[in-house]
Amino acid sequence: MEAVVQADALRKAFGAFTAVDGISFSVRRGECFGILGPNGAGKTSTIRMIYGFSPLSGGSLHVLGQDVTSRRQLRKVKYRIGVCQQDNNLDPELSILQNLEVFASYFDVPRPDATVRALELLKFIALENRRDTPIAELSGGLMRRVVLARALINEPDLLILDEPTTGLDPQSRHQIWERLEGLRARGISILLTTHYMEEASRLCDRLIIMDHGKILVEGRPQELIREHAGKDIIEVGEPGEELRSFLRERNLRFDDLGHRLLIYCDERDQLYREVSERYCRDGCTLRTATLEDVFLKLTGRELRE
Amino acid sequence: MSRTGTPVITSRFLRVWNRNFTVYRKTWKVSFLPPLLEPLLYLAAFGLGMSALVGNVSWREHSTSYVVFITPALLAVNMMYNSFFETTYGSFVRMYYQKTFDAMLATPLFLEEIITGEIIWGATKSVIASSIMLAIISLFGLIRYPEGLLLVPLSFLAGLAFASIGMYFTAVVRNIDLFNLPIFLFITPMFLFSGTFFPLDTLPDWAQALAYCLPLTHLVEINRTIGIGPFDVTALWNLLYLALFSAILFPLALIKMRKRLIK
Repeated sequence: MEAVVQADALRKAFGAFTAVDGISFSVRRGECFGILGPNGAGKTSTIRMIYGFSPLSGGSLHVLGQDVTSRRQLRKVKYRIGVCQQDNNLDPELSILQNLEVFASYFDVPRPDATVRALELLKFIALENRRDTPIAELSGGLMRRVVLARALINEPDLLILDEPTTGLDPQSRHQIWERLEGLRARGISILLTTHYMEEASRLCDRLIIMDHGKILVEGRPQELIREHAGKDIIEVGEPGEELRSFLRERNLRFDDLGHRLLIYCDERDQLYREVSERYCRDGCTLRTATLEDVFLKLTGRELRE
Repeated sequence: MSRTGTPVITSRFLRVWNRNFTVYRKTWKVSFLPPLLEPLLYLAAFGLGMSALVGNVSWREHSTSYVVFITPALLAVNMMYNSFFETTYGSFVRMYYQKTFDAMLATPLFLEEIITGEIIWGATKSVIASSIMLAIISLFGLIRYPEGLLLVPLSFLAGLAFASIGMYFTAVVRNIDLFNLPIFLFITPMFLFSGTFFPLDTLPDWAQALAYCLPLTHLVEINRTIGIGPFDVTALWNLLYLALFSAILFPLALIKMRKRLIK
């Protein structure tokens, strides 16, 4: 199957700093592909090259079968992708409808068609009753929905989303997720960056986790969890020394965070009973392993930026 | 110019122009007033107030009233202000605060088309402003016709020159407050010393030579040639200066903008 994005040894450097350090990956048609990583991992630099904002420093990059280093081919790509950038960079003086119409004109969509499409998209983001509201009067969550609608105005083959829900309240976030799931069901290819693990597990078919410009792992969310965090996790608060030596004796995988222990386990009930009866002084919980466990395990727990 | 090849500017820049025009129509009631009122205030202050002190002035060996003398110059200043401020403050806000250019770069538009659209829009602002002003001052009979109609196409060329240099400054200033520098060092001296309020030949030779390096001096002379007359061949040199000025500053602004934005 033809890949919608094919990156080979892709590199981006800003002076002496290498933001993307020779990464290779491909996004298949119709899938939702995630790029995860802490701040400064190189996510945004990567997708900026994909939508033609930044020139490559090295490697090769094909989007929708076109070589983006050729200006002529890049123009073709730009017609067929929709991009939702991190900022809500709408035209604040214009109404919601006008924002979509003006944006459609950049894609050569004739005016009557643009209005029809814009109204359809307003229905899709449930803002059809507010078509004449100026952007400046919208909340952050509503603006994000308009940015999403705007990215769809050219009926793109590939939708690129750079942290689509950062800074939104849970209600708005779920609104965006529902829309994106709807789009995925229609078969549109989606490439998204995020640092919300819940978002990635819910939306992505496959993902990569990046750090310091390199790809750490690639795979399906569930596979990555099973491979790197196991099935379940027992969290123990204020663990005692006896527990640590017990775990070492039994050769069990665990992370020691000082005031908290994470025990990765596959044979949940028996171990949990044993640990909670014998070693839990300050409460312990058994929970399913998540992508966040994988993420923190691979990228470390120290603060970034 | 870049890895993606030499820039080709297609007519897509008109989409950018149209975006700005759409916003302008939305806010025209506010944006209409300054270009209308400001020159009229100057005209009232200098024309009514000063002309009593000054009396008549000599222009190309003819004696003209002070109001007639400064009217074409005020039109020139209006052309300069409206294009220059559009591509400095206006474009900077769109580029830096509203991230409008970023959004456009994710569409089929390339940076050179966006910047071209902005500069042409700046020139258009000069046309709009000078047409409004021309209409008003014509009511007082301060401009001769039909020659005066040439001021409309001229305002586009003048706008192009000042919008281009404005865009150049937008590409190089780090923050919006730094526009004070080109205004203080470039725009205000031009406003005062380009033969706007007094004939240039009252200045010492070195100051005259300096004045002829500045674009506004040339624009003022063309405007006077058109608005007062008589025709003189120096007007063609003035025109050539403005054309060359635009031909140099326009590509320079594109290059500097690419350096600033494409990372």
